[in-house]
Amino acid sequence: MQLTIKYFGMLAEATAITEEQLHTESCSVSQLLEKLQHQYPKLSDKDFKVAINQQLVNHNHIITTEAEVALLPPFAGG
Amino acid sequence: MKKKKPKNVFVPGAISSQFIGESIAKHQTKTSIGAHNIFLGQVRADEIDGKVITAIDYTAYEEMANQKFHEIREATFEKFDLTCMHIYHSLGIVNAGEICLFVFVSSPRRKVVFDALEFVVETIKADVPIFGKEVFEDQTHQWKQNS
Repeated sequence: MQLTIKYFGMLAEATAITEEQLHTESCSVSQLLEKLQHQYPKLSDKDFKVAINQQLVNHNHIITTEAEVALLPPFAGG
Repeated sequence: MKKKKPKNVFVPGAISSQFIGESIAKHQTKTSIGAHNIFLGQVRADEIDGKVITAIDYTAYEEMANQKFHEIREATFEKFDLTCMHIYHSLGIVNAGEICLFVFVSSPRRKVVFDALEFVVETIKADVPIFGKEVFEDQTHQWKQNS
């Protein structure tokens, strides 16, 4: 399946991209993050939340279908 | 879940006092309103390790943020007896001293608008995926985090 991964704020800065496509088998959020942290070591010490199709999810959530995965650093609105 | 398309809350750059003034004027025709309450978020020129913040550069996960703003609107109308409410948030550069958030709630009675405004502002700060790059005078930066 294909995932669209989106990076925001300090995470876009850490990875030097804002969006990428990733082909993967069905996996948990933590498995996906492991893969991304391996690819972008600078993500490892960052604090962030994960949203799948715009809904916040836990790290044990299983991704089974094509989805938009967003890595969201601490919120700073207002 | 309702399928109503969320409004776009974001405006490019700072929110001008003219825009805020016009927004107030537009409510003169709504004569059931007896009380307005307004929150204006302003960018602070904080000094950190001897360097002064000159601006905040805002970005957002816009689709999710607008959806969250929509949910906040629905929850606020559910909770409080409001006649209307408006939210505007900046994207891009907002200089110190300029306005980056404008929340406007109106009701027939005053007590409601005090509580409603606090609820809206606190929920925005906690739940909406907006990110702020605090830019210093020497063009270095750090990332803002709501407390």
